[in-house]
Amino acid sequence: MTSNTIQARPPAFLPNWPARLAWLALAAYAFYAASILDVTWDRFVLGLEHGVKFIGRMLPPEVEASKMALMLRGLYETLEIAVISSALGIALSLPIGLFAARNLMPAWITWPMRFLIALCRSFHQVIIAILFVKAVGFGALAGILALTVASIGFIAKLFAEAIEEISLKQVEAIRATGAPFMNVISYGVMPQVLSRFIGFATYQFDSNLRNSTMVGIVGAGGIGGTMFAAFQKFDYDYLLTILLAIIAMIMVSEALQNWIKKLYQ
Amino acid sequence: MAETAQPAADTHALVIRGLRKEYRRGVPVLRDISIAFPSRGITAVIGPSGTGKSTLIRCINRLVEPTAGQILFRGVDLAPLRGKALREARRRIGMVFQEYNLVERLTVMENVLSGRLGYVPPLKAWLRKYPQKDINAAWELLDSVGLTAFANQRADALSGGQRQRVGIARAVMQDPELLLADEPTSSLDPKTSVEIMELLVALAESRRIPVILNIHNVPLAKRFATHVIGMAGGSVVYDGPPDGLTDDHLKTIYGGEDWLE
Repeated sequence: MTSNTIQARPPAFLPNWPARLAWLALAAYAFYAASILDVTWDRFVLGLEHGVKFIGRMLPPEVEASKMALMLRGLYETLEIAVISSALGIALSLPIGLFAARNLMPAWITWPMRFLIALCRSFHQVIIAILFVKAVGFGALAGILALTVASIGFIAKLFAEAIEEISLKQVEAIRATGAPFMNVISYGVMPQVLSRFIGFATYQFDSNLRNSTMVGIVGAGGIGGTMFAAFQKFDYDYLLTILLAIIAMIMVSEALQNWIKKLYQ
Repeated sequence: MAETAQPAADTHALVIRGLRKEYRRGVPVLRDISIAFPSRGITAVIGPSGTGKSTLIRCINRLVEPTAGQILFRGVDLAPLRGKALREARRRIGMVFQEYNLVERLTVMENVLSGRLGYVPPLKAWLRKYPQKDINAAWELLDSVGLTAFANQRADALSGGQRQRVGIARAVMQDPELLLADEPTSSLDPKTSVEIMELLVALAESRRIPVILNIHNVPLAKRFATHVIGMAGGSVVYDGPPDGLTDDHLKTIYGGEDWLE
């Protein structure tokens, strides 16, 4: 009878049946989709064999002088596209992000700004690059414009969100000194968000560097064009050289980013 | 509101007439308050939390918009001011905050100099090109609040008491004609609270700046104030010298009496 004297307590954790069913459904659908698409273990093993052959044809990497020169020119153009589009993107994101912050600006400013940001984010860089190639023709300009748009979409959005999280007490104190709007921004707002802005900007530069190797595939300038041509001509050893060079470039940029972020901690 | 003698604006630091604030329609936090603040000394506004002390002080420099009433400062009503006129009024009124409200990521020196942001144009302020006169004044103020050695440290590296010293220096840096202090010691320990009050009073007296001070600590108010305003339920229930404040007044202001033991 002890169980009756001690009152039975309800379980501490209730089962969440809807969530369990949803996970189960997801797993079931993944298996179903795999069977429809003929994703089988055999095909995967066969693919691995092809992959080994492919890697075998890549070695050793191509180091012939004229091809190296062509690659370096492409890499340099890629770097230029990344630097210019990042600089433009950062410069434009600063005011756009500021005007999109709902805790500082009235709704009639933030809504159009947020719409602009959403527009910049709605398509993948490659699709925007195709549009710009059609608009301004083949070459680096199309790549620069495409990645500038992408930069605004990313930096301005996160910058606006960072501003929306700042402490308004610090802003209030600067307003109380009778400071004009621009002084409130540069003393009350920017110090609170600068290091995060630098973080977003360097991340976007890194992203632009990688994406600028890709926009070349659709004719928007940079190393991507050369790489795509190597693919199509089955020039796999040259492809490996290009891939290694891109990896080296990304690693250098990574080190540079860390250094910049430390500078602005 | 028949005041027998309308207080003349120039013999008072600030005159408030019929000030009303409603955050929600029909629910006034300040109920048509009229106060004349003396032109010298420390006026302490005491009262329980939530009785509108902060709202009152923030209505003065318009960090909060009053719903109705007049705020006469040197003969000018601050309540309807907008834009440049409002900024010019604000820069003549310094403010010290409960939680210091320093810009955490700026240095102590930058925080003190930010008291001049109403005077220094944006580009110069951004490039830190302050007039030498301001920089000298900032060093002097840092000397008097005892933080000269911390000038180039970031504000977030300081203790509470040190931060409030910077907050006071920033407010005095404005060279204000009136100093507002919103619960300047509420976030500090008792010993530091007294030190901060002593500093505030000393700086204000040496520069002849009248102070309006929100404080819920009655002993501190009695010790440092030259004039006391008691508030309860959004109205003024005491207006007089600190000596005249009796236990009966305190009962009216804070309610109950057990805590007076």
